[in-house]
Amino acid sequence: MAGDFGRAAGLAVVFVGVLLGAPAVASAEVVAITGGTVYPVSGPRIANGTVVIRDGRIAAVGANVAIPAGARRIDARGKIVTPGLINAQTQLGLVEVGGERATRNVSARGVINADFRPWEGFFSQSAYIAATREDGVTTVGIMPSGAFVAGQAAAMDLADGTAADMVRRAPVGVVATIVVGGRPTNDIDEQTAGETAAGGETTVPPQSRADALAALRDLLEDTRFYALHRKGFDAGALRGLTASHRALEAMLDVVKGRQPLLVSVDRLDDIDTMVRFARREHIRLVILGGAEAWQIAPRLAAAHVPVITGAMNNIPDSFDTLGQRQENAAVLRRAGVEVALVGNAGGGDEEAFNARNVKYEAGNAVAFGMSHDDALRAVTLGPATILGIADHVGSLSVGKDANVVVWSGDPFELSTNVEHVFVRGREYHDRSRQDQLTERYRRLPRTNN
Amino acid sequence: MEHNLLSNTDMHRFVRVLAAVCTVAFVALPLHGFAQQSPSASGASPAPSPGPTAGPGALSVPFADPYPSTYAPFPSRATLIRNATILTAAGPAIRNGSILLRGGKIVAVGANVATPADLVVTIDAHGKYVTPGIIDIHSHLGDYPAPSVSAHSDGNEATNPNTANVWAEHSVWPQDPQFPRALAGGVTTLQVLPGSANLIGGRSAILKVVPSRTVQGMKFPGARYGLKMACGENPKRVYAQRGPSTRMGNMAGYRAAWIAAEAYKRRWDAWNASHKGDPPARDLTMETMAEALRGDIYVHMHCYRADEMAQVIDMSHEFGYKVRAFHHAIEAYKIADLLAKEGIVATMWADWGGFKMEALDTVRANIGLVDAAGARATIHSDDASGIQRLNQETGKAMYAAKRAGLPVSEDVAIKWMTINPAFALGLDDRIGSLETGKNADVVLWDGDPFSVYTHAEKVFVDGALLYDRDDPKANWRTDFELGYVRSAVRK
Repeated sequence: MAGDFGRAAGLAVVFVGVLLGAPAVASAEVVAITGGTVYPVSGPRIANGTVVIRDGRIAAVGANVAIPAGARRIDARGKIVTPGLINAQTQLGLVEVGGERATRNVSARGVINADFRPWEGFFSQSAYIAATREDGVTTVGIMPSGAFVAGQAAAMDLADGTAADMVRRAPVGVVATIVVGGRPTNDIDEQTAGETAAGGETTVPPQSRADALAALRDLLEDTRFYALHRKGFDAGALRGLTASHRALEAMLDVVKGRQPLLVSVDRLDDIDTMVRFARREHIRLVILGGAEAWQIAPRLAAAHVPVITGAMNNIPDSFDTLGQRQENAAVLRRAGVEVALVGNAGGGDEEAFNARNVKYEAGNAVAFGMSHDDALRAVTLGPATILGIADHVGSLSVGKDANVVVWSGDPFELSTNVEHVFVRGREYHDRSRQDQLTERYRRLPRTNN
Repeated sequence: MEHNLLSNTDMHRFVRVLAAVCTVAFVALPLHGFAQQSPSASGASPAPSPGPTAGPGALSVPFADPYPSTYAPFPSRATLIRNATILTAAGPAIRNGSILLRGGKIVAVGANVATPADLVVTIDAHGKYVTPGIIDIHSHLGDYPAPSVSAHSDGNEATNPNTANVWAEHSVWPQDPQFPRALAGGVTTLQVLPGSANLIGGRSAILKVVPSRTVQGMKFPGARYGLKMACGENPKRVYAQRGPSTRMGNMAGYRAAWIAAEAYKRRWDAWNASHKGDPPARDLTMETMAEALRGDIYVHMHCYRADEMAQVIDMSHEFGYKVRAFHHAIEAYKIADLLAKEGIVATMWADWGGFKMEALDTVRANIGLVDAAGARATIHSDDASGIQRLNQETGKAMYAAKRAGLPVSEDVAIKWMTINPAFALGLDDRIGSLETGKNADVVLWDGDPFSVYTHAEKVFVDGALLYDRDDPKANWRTDFELGYVRSAVRK
């Protein structure tokens, strides 16, 4: 391996570190949303509240807020004001048309792809950005898939601009799984490379759960070893390592606790195993999926392990999910676990096309035992906390980015309309591709053409 | 194992002997008697056009219902549900209404229903809703059961572009844990279709969502079969190497099959008229297609794009058959007038799309736009999770239609998941609405069924209470779940 090149790349990673989004174009407009019932999420509900937006940020929130002279007023009497919703686990911008390989940018070629940065392949002109935003979702987590260590996750604001402009924070963690060969998926890219490469890198996927855990242990150990012996690596004097130097550089953030490891597991034992593993290895853990997590909810709460899961699946659709139930999220939350609600029923391409439906995931969570306040948190501040972006989004408090939604009623109800959407302080009046098609065919032509 | 195989063989031989006996008895009936007898056995379906019959010496008979339904209604108690908002799917909602179920039928529904002396159960449904049982005409439950392991992949006979010879019921696993979950979502009847890998996929099964040891015990008595066909991307992708590999190849494939079926049908028609000599050789593929040409089997065609649906309609004219329903009709809204003119049902998702090019132009007002144009619109799931929330899916579609400015009420929307799919199955005289004399397939909801927060509270099939949210221990659990899935615990 080219030592100089590797070293340079390593430095670059150190310098780039975490990409933090900044408003691409801070809106100059001052807006006052008045008279609505405001759910800041970070604090109690405010009846007849006001939210003031200035310079792309929230300038004031409260019941007795002076409205700046010259502010554009939005009358929200009888309406609900919340933070923009966050869907923590999507493939928005990574998959445009599921069946078309050329539009899929969700997976990488290897087995350990900790250095895969999918936001660099994000499609800012996706038709689904407007369609998702107009339904009240203003930030999404994008997650790679398809390998033992699939790559890095990121958080994207659904603002106009290029992919780089939209980054809220990247990376926000490294995605992995210890379930091999058979996790139910429709991902046509779900193939892992099998050919042998030089340098001792892992090129054959793990063959079983314990094998995957061993491989994960090796990876963390090699990451620590590599960090201590970079000079030796540059001189080509190190023993073979299980991953490329770039992957090891990416894993350094996990080893040092700067980034969580997001592990996709459903089975009770797999979840428990990962909790124990994370404690032993001193790494931060987030559970993705976690169908059977409710069975050890107090243990997850005590270990401060958040869970990204859904509320619309109760099917024992594999031997990993025999205990799957719609009350999962509610049970976890009641035990004190930080929860982010995402689509988990697997229908209708909910990770991209229907990422907008995360509000109905919240509604169904309420129908299966979660409090309305907790469900709102699980699609705003909860995911913001898990993704490490709560300083900027996920709640209505002074200084946060002005990602704000005004709803005609209960945000989770099917009957509710989205009336205003602000991202980074700018109001979007979207006419999605679907809106335009509806308008075109609203009245059919009188001819036979 | 060996012993089982032997005894199975023996059993088959026994069945064949029985069939021969039945054939003899049947030959004594008037011409085409059996074809008429089958649907009318349970009542009210319009008699199918004459089908072929067999002559002396034939061991098997086309369309002779060789795998008959053994379903019998579960025990029920006369039940009066009072003070409910009743969405009948046959007229305006009845507020503070009552409905009386007795003997498996709806015997009264309205604002004022007298309490009979022999009444056993009265349910006060203040603040609650009553609707007909939901009907899903596009499901793969049982054919793609849970857990979705490789051994259970029984939904696509992807070995030939034309597998009209396969019958979905022969893949159905009655112990699929997805069945009780669909019932808990208020679904009482469903159509299990073969998958969409093939141009012509095979016969559907119309099932009641009830516990049974056999699929025969779930089969809806007297329901006509459907024939699954598929347009577009799926067949040409699956058969890219051997063909068809293009949309024009797809059309050529269907047409060749219809031409062959026409000839087959003529041979049987001629023989039925004369009964001279040996009957023509049976061919299961052609037999099913010939029945579709006769109109005894409904054609259910998976077709996303408007332009392809229009071409299929022309093809149906070319061969003189009817398309009963277009499924996954993502672009139905573009040709809703044509569907209305042709009397073809469009069955649709509320908001799926985008997963392939032919799904790109989905709009959430699709169902509302099709309905507004006067065509029959229905919701469908095609999904084991979605089937549990067809009320929510219908709610999504209803509110999307309202947002598009269409004057849609809950009285219209309720039809999308009840009477319209019943029509698509040809069962609208028995199920799909709350009217006197119809089967008592009834759902009691704990609130507005078009709310995200509402659950099906009680589900009745032919008057029998088969799901009760308040009595989890009594609810149906499949064999698979025992020892694997903990019984449902509330809260």
